[in-house]
Amino acid sequence: MKPTDFRIWGLAPAWVIMALTLVVPIGIVILVSFASRGAYGGFDWGFSPASYAQILFEEDWDGNLAFTPQYLSIIGRTLWLAGLTTAICAALALPAAYTIAQAGGRAKAVLIYLVTLPFWVSMIVRVYAWIIILGNDGVLEKTLRSLGLVTDIDSLLFTNGAMLTGLVYSYIPLMILPVFASIEKLDPALIEASHDLYGSRFTTARRVILPLAMPGLMAGAILVFVPCLGAVLEPILLGGGKAMLMGNLIQTQFGGGRNWPFGAAIAVVLMVLVMIFLMVNALRARPEVPHD
Amino acid sequence: MTDVKRYPFARSFTALFFLYLYLPIGVVIFFSFNENRLVSVWTGFSLKWYDSALANRALMDAVKISLTVASIATVLATSVALMAALVIVRGRDVKFRRLSETVVNLPLLLPEIVLAVAVLILFSQLGLQNGMAKLIIAHTAFCIPFAFLPIRARLQGMEPDFEEAAQDLYATPWTTFRRVTFPLIAPGVFAGAMLAFVISMDDFITSNMLNSGGSTTLPVYIFGLIKQGTTPELNAISTLIVLGSLILATTALILTFRSEKRA
Repeated sequence: MKPTDFRIWGLAPAWVIMALTLVVPIGIVILVSFASRGAYGGFDWGFSPASYAQILFEEDWDGNLAFTPQYLSIIGRTLWLAGLTTAICAALALPAAYTIAQAGGRAKAVLIYLVTLPFWVSMIVRVYAWIIILGNDGVLEKTLRSLGLVTDIDSLLFTNGAMLTGLVYSYIPLMILPVFASIEKLDPALIEASHDLYGSRFTTARRVILPLAMPGLMAGAILVFVPCLGAVLEPILLGGGKAMLMGNLIQTQFGGGRNWPFGAAIAVVLMVLVMIFLMVNALRARPEVPHD
Repeated sequence: MTDVKRYPFARSFTALFFLYLYLPIGVVIFFSFNENRLVSVWTGFSLKWYDSALANRALMDAVKISLTVASIATVLATSVALMAALVIVRGRDVKFRRLSETVVNLPLLLPEIVLAVAVLILFSQLGLQNGMAKLIIAHTAFCIPFAFLPIRARLQGMEPDFEEAAQDLYATPWTTFRRVTFPLIAPGVFAGAMLAFVISMDDFITSNMLNSGGSTTLPVYIFGLIKQGTTPELNAISTLIVLGSLILATTALILTFRSEKRA
């Protein structure tokens, strides 16, 4: 066997699978986003930007277009919650990863194992846990009531806060691991040096630890932000119908709502948002920052 | 003198953080032993919800479907990823090396819902009816990068000396791979396969999009139950899943640890 054969045959399956299940289908999704809605679900081929117009405008009885903020607010909420989730994950991960990195050999390995463990537990189970906690007459409400802190509270479920809680809980391990990886490489002598130069703990954290943890934070930000933008389970189960995100908006279009071209258009918008984010990130990343 | 590397609140913060990680799962497990029909009203200890969970035929069918899809997708994805990783890391003068790497990792660059929509539309255009086939194809595709990354890491962390020595001793490429390369990278292959298996078992978004009668996976089935309301049986099912995940994660960790020690 010539080496050329090996090279081509080794890569061929991956290329073929990705082309057939991803590249071509995404091309079809883009085409469908310009198609028109079929009479019985599905779509009819054609070229019209109507689905994109539908994101911004609503057609009234006379066929006039009126601006509607309904879908824009879903896109805005998605970006806002994904950003906030990423920020909260970063704020939680930094001190936790730092403390774990400070621990000695065996304890460190155990703590890292404990951080990754919940991530192995099925996502749907982890989201379900928050339904029991936040739900009407749920564990949290009962606890607060028995402590006498509240007498009667509105349901905590089906709010932006519930979604945020679920998103942070779902994706935090993806932030901790890269942050830990970069903090672990940090030379402790730098912290001592900063102290010797009369840097307070706060100054050291801000001027020494934070900049050195930056590559990990950036990698974690990508790992958290991108799946958050497309989250489906959290908005359906914790957000409910009133607080939708792009993920369940797309999902509904292919299920009960049945407007495939519109769903495809939202999916294209989501894809473009992710690409913009990844490109901005790639441009900002300095050459010495490892990109994986 | 105090240790300047220690931050006063970092330790208690981390303790609280671990509480936050584990308390929700603990709550689910705790109420699975609740005798009452209402999840959060504790009236007494009982194992009856486990009995009813284990006697639930639809649940067992969903488990079977999930295990079948995950096993086949894992084997396919790991084989494809292994071949690609060998060429990308070890191949000489490979054209489009960087591009191939991006192609292999494509599913990681997009939110899963976009991929789910893409395969849904593709299968509807092709007229593919078989639910299991649809699931296996889609799962294989998005599991490939998860299998690929640990294998690539292992290959990159390994000097090509042994392989070159084997070739100097007139071993054919196949013998070199079978007798030298594969045993050396086996922990990476195993880690990749484990990851692919877990990702497939856990998948909701794509499986739900492709869901049809006879191909309801475990997460999609549980999702259906949750929509009907919280029940202690659901807690029992969740606890069994947590148990399964723990066994899987711990086995993976121990095996990886052992093989690293030996290497």
